Amino acid sequence: MTAVPVSGVRLARISTAARRIDPILATAGVVCALLVLLAIAGPWIAPFPPNQTDVLAASQGPSATHLLGTDSIGRDILSRLLAGARLSFLGPGIIVVLSTTLGTLFGIACAWWGGFVDSMLTKAFNVLFAIPGILMALVAAAVFGAGFWAAVLSLSLVYVPYVARVIRSAALQERRRPYVEACQLAGMSGLRICSRHVFGNVQPVVVAQATVGFGSALMDFGAASFLGIGVQPPQAEWGLMVSDGRTELLNGALQQSLSAGALIVLSVVAFNVLGERLSDRTGAGR
Amino acid sequence: MDSATTSQNTVFARAVRVGWPIVRIISGAGGTALVTSFVTFAALAFTPGDPVSRVVGERATDEQRAAARHALGLDQPIPIRFLRWLGNALHGDFGRSITYRQDVSSLIAPRISTTLFLVVMAAVIIVVVGVALGAFGGWHGRWRPIISAMIGVGISIPSFVAASVLIGTFAVELGWFPTYGAGQGFLDRIHHLTLPSIALSLAWTAYVAQITMASVREEAGREHVETAVGRGLKPSLVFRRHVLRNASLPVLTASGLTVAGLVAGAVVVETAFGVDGIGSLLVKSVPNKDYPVVMAISMLIVVIFVTVAALLDLAQMVLDPRARAAGGRR
Repeated sequence: MTAVPVSGVRLARISTAARRIDPILATAGVVCALLVLLAIAGPWIAPFPPNQTDVLAASQGPSATHLLGTDSIGRDILSRLLAGARLSFLGPGIIVVLSTTLGTLFGIACAWWGGFVDSMLTKAFNVLFAIPGILMALVAAAVFGAGFWAAVLSLSLVYVPYVARVIRSAALQERRRPYVEACQLAGMSGLRICSRHVFGNVQPVVVAQATVGFGSALMDFGAASFLGIGVQPPQAEWGLMVSDGRTELLNGALQQSLSAGALIVLSVVAFNVLGERLSDRTGAGR
Repeated sequence: MDSATTSQNTVFARAVRVGWPIVRIISGAGGTALVTSFVTFAALAFTPGDPVSRVVGERATDEQRAAARHALGLDQPIPIRFLRWLGNALHGDFGRSITYRQDVSSLIAPRISTTLFLVVMAAVIIVVVGVALGAFGGWHGRWRPIISAMIGVGISIPSFVAASVLIGTFAVELGWFPTYGAGQGFLDRIHHLTLPSIALSLAWTAYVAQITMASVREEAGREHVETAVGRGLKPSLVFRRHVLRNASLPVLTASGLTVAGLVAGAVVVETAFGVDGIGSLLVKSVPNKDYPVVMAISMLIVVIFVTVAALLDLAQMVLDPRARAAGGRR
């Protein structure tokens, strides 16, 4: 391989890539960044403390003091939305970090060792695939008691096989590349080849998978809180707020359920689009 | 295998070739159901909180406790208790509910028809609307961006959000549908379960539409389709005969797995709409620590999922010769 044509092709590619900055990818990226920023800064920019009740101003519609109105015990809905962003994102964030870490480890292990390890892990994953996330969360709540961690840990476990399956097939392709054999001949250990090279090359797939996974985790974690087995009242969290808003809903006041629900949908759309565009770029379709 | 043995064993070899994948699929499904039920059973058995005190009360003597423990079979090791539970469950006996003080089977039986009604309604919406939307978007390129955007948003709407919005608008504001309950009789049930089934089907409809659209697009780009168009066949005929038929297999798999998972999705929707099915019973039983009910419904959900998935694998084997040769899905 000579250097000149390669660099020529590279340059051409880079310039076309620069000309076509994907506007959808950019928009989704900006929205995701803003949402994460909101999750970090939310409690500080909230106009009222999220749990401050004002019985005299209960169940009010939107006004100048309470921009989105108040809930049935007089808490400011906007403040609860802003403060609730933190737990709404922290739960799915931990789920994605845990499941991605474990799924990547298992996926690379399957691809590297193959044979017995691969077939045993694949069998275990097939069992896990049969358990819907929300069912696992319910059983975990029955065993450990309802709460943030029961929901987070059970959903993390449910997501592991989805990550592992994708990483396994990506790592299998890497495993067959000649550089792996070259490294082995050079006396590099399997651990080092996997961590340095195989992981490095499947990393874009990991990132794309984690981004899409965050969207689904946000939906499942919200559903767990909605069912009362995730974040517990009086804490603010979007799924819980959709549930809290149901009493006002029957009186025709949509704001709480609608605004919390809209934020969930917006976040899921943004992270899904970002993840899909990223995985299109890495050429790792489903 | 050399040619002499092959010719001797052709019938046998054929039986093995056809039969082995079937055996593998069925045993895989059975194994999955068995492993999940054992793990769930063991997890619930290890839970802190003693069911004995709930039966005999806090002030019982040690002898009374031991007697109750023996009567409940709790002095046995967990694998034995599991086998006993499994044996009874196969005869339709899931034990007694702690909170309702009734047989679990008599709690589940009246509710399961409600849940299945809801799931079937949602499944019809998912398959009809999802396939129609996806096929339309896949075949008519002009509409594709709009339909893609609809899919992108639809797939991101969790059922509990959809449920709240539907209740707020169509049940409270407009008053077209009831806000609560499952209804009596066929038409009343459809009336009560319309909004719940829409909430349940929304995201999955978008998912099936996405798979259908991708699959139709892939098939539409194939050579034999271009040839058919080039031969001057009517586009609608080309679409039906050459595109839709070939695209149907991934669509069948995706919609089948979706429908299999609907029972779990019904858990959330039934709770949101106050529909008294097995899903909302499960949600109510968790904080009550009513383990026999939790165990029975969890296993029902897993068994339904595993059975439908196995049937799909078998159907795929019948429909697709390539899958037949490979012996099952993965």
